[in-house]
Amino acid sequence: MAVHPSYLDYPLRKRGMDHEHYTFRRHGEHPRMVWPDGARVALWLVPIVEFFPLNMEDGPFAVPGGMGRPYPDYWNYTLRDYGNRVGLARVFKVLDARGLKASVAFNARAAERYPYWVDQTIARGWEVMAHGWDMNHVHRAEWDRAFEETVTRRSVETLRRLSGQPVQGWLSPANALSDNTTHLVAAAGCRYTADWVNDELPYEMSTDSGPLWSMPLGHELSDIRLITGYNQRAEAWAEQVIDAFDFLHHEAGEAGGRLLALPLHPWVIGVPHRIGRLAAVLDHIMDRQGVWCATGAEILDVAGGKQS
Amino acid sequence: MADLPWPIPPEMRAEDPDLYHFNPYLDRPKIEWPDGAKVAFWVAPNVEFYELHPPRGPARSSWFRPEPDVLHYGIRDYGNRVGFWRMADLLDELGITASISLNVAVLDHFPEIGKAMTDRGWELFSHGVYNTRYQYAMSEEQERGFIRHVAETIHRHSGQTLAGWLSPALTNTPRTMDLLAEEGIRYTLDLFHDDQPQPVKVRSGRLVSLPYSLETNDWTALHTTGGTPRQYAETIKAQFDQLYAEGAESGTVMCVPLHPWMIGYPHRVAPLADALAYCMGHEAVWHATGREIAGWYLDRYHDAELSRLRGMAGDA
Repeated sequence: MAVHPSYLDYPLRKRGMDHEHYTFRRHGEHPRMVWPDGARVALWLVPIVEFFPLNMEDGPFAVPGGMGRPYPDYWNYTLRDYGNRVGLARVFKVLDARGLKASVAFNARAAERYPYWVDQTIARGWEVMAHGWDMNHVHRAEWDRAFEETVTRRSVETLRRLSGQPVQGWLSPANALSDNTTHLVAAAGCRYTADWVNDELPYEMSTDSGPLWSMPLGHELSDIRLITGYNQRAEAWAEQVIDAFDFLHHEAGEAGGRLLALPLHPWVIGVPHRIGRLAAVLDHIMDRQGVWCATGAEILDVAGGKQS
Repeated sequence: MADLPWPIPPEMRAEDPDLYHFNPYLDRPKIEWPDGAKVAFWVAPNVEFYELHPPRGPARSSWFRPEPDVLHYGIRDYGNRVGFWRMADLLDELGITASISLNVAVLDHFPEIGKAMTDRGWELFSHGVYNTRYQYAMSEEQERGFIRHVAETIHRHSGQTLAGWLSPALTNTPRTMDLLAEEGIRYTLDLFHDDQPQPVKVRSGRLVSLPYSLETNDWTALHTTGGTPRQYAETIKAQFDQLYAEGAESGTVMCVPLHPWMIGYPHRVAPLADALAYCMGHEAVWHATGREIAGWYLDRYHDAELSRLRGMAGDA
């Protein structure tokens, strides 16, 4: 037995990354973040509104929340749809009661099917973010570039039409990408992507269509990661979010502003026995001095300079 | 050993790796650590680089999802951008000299990480080149060249002589241990059969198996079993308490294996700090590196223990 000689060859082994999407930047060597009113922590809440078609196909991998049972999988379809009927209402109410705002990431199909939530989002002055077409259109390497460009552009344009907002932010469905996705997000006129979860502060990426900001929407505190992925209880999720916030609030004291990004899946966090934990987490955070709750675009305005 | 096909066919597979003797924990010669310590306590962070597009090897895919697996790539890259630096600060605060399980390509990609490790006097041991390049299926010549390449890279960057080996992503061939010993490597971490150092049966030279851990490993605690950071801290403390108690009779080894891309997150640093401070706060603990533990054992116990075990087993 032997491995192919190329397996012991390392053509990209050089200073920096093994790709050209961004350059290496170590924590602490970024520009000092100065949030409005000297806040220590920017809080970025991202409710995610998804449409999982009942007839979705087997994609390149098992999409979390997808139809895992034989057709017609009413079980999974209706549990996901619960989020778009009931769960999201609870999330909005919890935020409203505390005067908080959010960037709401919509599958374009979810926005088309439920324009009610787009209207609710813009009525509050919150941000509409793009979350691709639907959960049956997970971006993948097998897609040719022209097709992916169409899906990406159509997703963003649909949300622009429905919201009247510029739609500056992008999050790929199921955090799945091809090598072209980041370029195509920039080509569709987005200003930032939340897909690269390698940092805690915004940084600039380069694409075929010019610069694009990375606004990492961390995955390790996601309700879908901890509660549905690891089968943890909502109490455990809340404990970890609070620990993260406390740590960042402390670290910000000497190092400059920090960012706590929190994805929220209404079908997970919005059920009756969990929603109280979201409320408790937000109460803990907002009880502290020096918290700035903002949309992704607002955070980027400060972190990356105003859009020209 | 003749060259093997890959995958190794069933008729060529052994039911026992034949790398060590049976050695029940009840009746063993006593191990004494320096200054009467009960536990040799060491911290082994894995500083890794996962390639976005690794070459397809003969075994499994390196990624959970089809490439490019940007989600998991991002999580691992976080370790080098953010987690490593938080971890370094924490280990500095606690006065811990780390032993680094290193994908040596990190030294080329991020020389600032290399410098941060060598400036601190941390030991660098091998975790291969990338965590997306496995030892599976290498020919003997390739595997020997791989070991030499890693040793040379570490020496060139740090001046250190390579002493320890944890195979990248824990991938082996049946001859890995023989080659490590022949290339002068002193300890392996690929075997999980004991809580004390144990001689490894190799065709020539000497090799000791040091206790690493897949129990107090952040990956197991936080990902495989889906525990919380605070539960992980309790696991570390409980493991320490037991090994500390047993260490009064004969020295034990406790390792805390870490990954900056797991424990560097804001919600995980404080629980880890709590657990490590607990272990560091005890008297009679030898704060050691892998090289030091292996050296102590090889100098004082290895040969006599191997003779004893051979005698018990009736080996030639």
